[in-house]
Amino acid sequence: MVAISLEQISHKYLTDSGETTALTDISFTIEQGEFVGLVGPSGCGKSTILSLIAGLLFPSAGKVTLFGEAVVRPTHQLGYMFQQDYLLPWRTIEQNVLLGLEITGRLSQAKRERALRLLDEMGLLGTADRYPHQLSGGMRQRAALVRTLASEPQVVLLDEPFSALDYQIKLQLEALIAETLSSHRLTGLLVTHDLGEAIAMCDRIIVMAGRPGRILRILRVPDTIRALSPLEARESAEFHGLFRQVWRDFQDEA
Amino acid sequence: MKHNLLTRGAKSPDHAQFLRKKRLRSVGILTAQLLIAIAFLLLWEIGAREGVINSFLFSQPSKIGEQLISMLASGTLLPHMWITIWETIVGFLLGTAAGTLLAILIWASPVLGRILDPYIVLFNAMPKVALGPIFIVAFGQGFLSIVMMAVAISVVVTTIVVYTSFRDVDANMIKLVQTFGGNKWHVFQKVVFPAALPTILSTLKVNVGLSFVGVIVGEFLVAKAGLGYLIIYGFQVFNLTLVMLALFLILFVSALMYHAVAFLERRLLNWRN
Repeated sequence: MVAISLEQISHKYLTDSGETTALTDISFTIEQGEFVGLVGPSGCGKSTILSLIAGLLFPSAGKVTLFGEAVVRPTHQLGYMFQQDYLLPWRTIEQNVLLGLEITGRLSQAKRERALRLLDEMGLLGTADRYPHQLSGGMRQRAALVRTLASEPQVVLLDEPFSALDYQIKLQLEALIAETLSSHRLTGLLVTHDLGEAIAMCDRIIVMAGRPGRILRILRVPDTIRALSPLEARESAEFHGLFRQVWRDFQDEA
Repeated sequence: MKHNLLTRGAKSPDHAQFLRKKRLRSVGILTAQLLIAIAFLLLWEIGAREGVINSFLFSQPSKIGEQLISMLASGTLLPHMWITIWETIVGFLLGTAAGTLLAILIWASPVLGRILDPYIVLFNAMPKVALGPIFIVAFGQGFLSIVMMAVAISVVVTTIVVYTSFRDVDANMIKLVQTFGGNKWHVFQKVVFPAALPTILSTLKVNVGLSFVGVIVGEFLVAKAGLGYLIIYGFQVFNLTLVMLALFLILFVSALMYHAVAFLERRLLNWRN
């Protein structure tokens, strides 16, 4: 089943000084359960694509659908992970994690217990009553992951969620997210400018070029890499081959 | 380990040394603060007795003390204090509420904000005290006029500060609520208001002072009771001791109200500790 589909999307931003074309002729589909990476130079419209899928923006032309239905507003089928955790500092971790359920009016005792269980699974046992500033950066981003999962999305959009973390924490969190998404059978779309990260984590990679944002190519990550954890994948021989291949694409384009 | 007041709660000899140094400094600062007040009062008293300071015009601490005790004994002082405190509290609450409400309105409707902008700027620039006569004509010679003066002085500043703090909320936190399908009310309730609360609460401390200014000015103009009235009355009958006493009480009351709000602020923001 197709989870996300973009058909002939183009998007323009209008400002006082004129219009800028952010995206042109973007088409791709993502199957349910797939984990796809979106890589490209900064300013190529990666985040715009996420906003279009999330229903925060609407394309100037073309159609975005989520499980066959046109996207008209944000829905709880979809979870969004940001570059930073954006845990609300005045709320405890538990209150932060329940934010999505609270807003959509779906908070129940069962869902609360599920969220607390997720905290435990993510190694955040005993932090429910703490405030975000009492947690380390890695713990905070894990709490943000729980916040996303607690509202039971089917699709998770990840907007460079590892870019603000230390390298070591980043590797740990990559593994955790890859594992969590696949064990919950979630569809994922990861925006990153770290090519290695996309190769190590994803099933397929959409390579974009900028000004205006467009798709250069879509490539499948070989099964041999996909079978490995993100950390192991980075050390495999195929990883480097694929990395160089995509890297050349970027160079040619530039 | 032997502990005295300066090293109480120490975990180790070095920690004791550290605490001792830190606490000694605090004691030193407090002592200096008290010394300044004592020196001021003492110089004033001696100056008045030696004739360096004209005690008829500037009174003297001992006379002010006597005035305080005699007015407390006759029960004529407290009613004046209460009326002033009451007017300030009402003016302060109304001014803060109205200012915050206006800030919420222009946040919720940016178009309304742009429409009202020049009027807000104009009213903010205007010395509100100049409105005194109009308030007297409109609201009568008394309580209402005084409260309105307090409101007028604090309302626009509140609107501007609170609105600015609404606008400065991290856009990504707002986006977070939107990705969960939240509407404008959710954004306000879950993110914008709690994020702006520290600013709002610290505005309250400023507002107490501003409302107090409004009340005293209002009492100057129309009152038959209150600390501002005592100042004007004392001035008219040339009892400068009464004027000085009222000044000290104003100082006392404003410090009291400031600390009450500061206490409230700490209670409401205890997530920060």
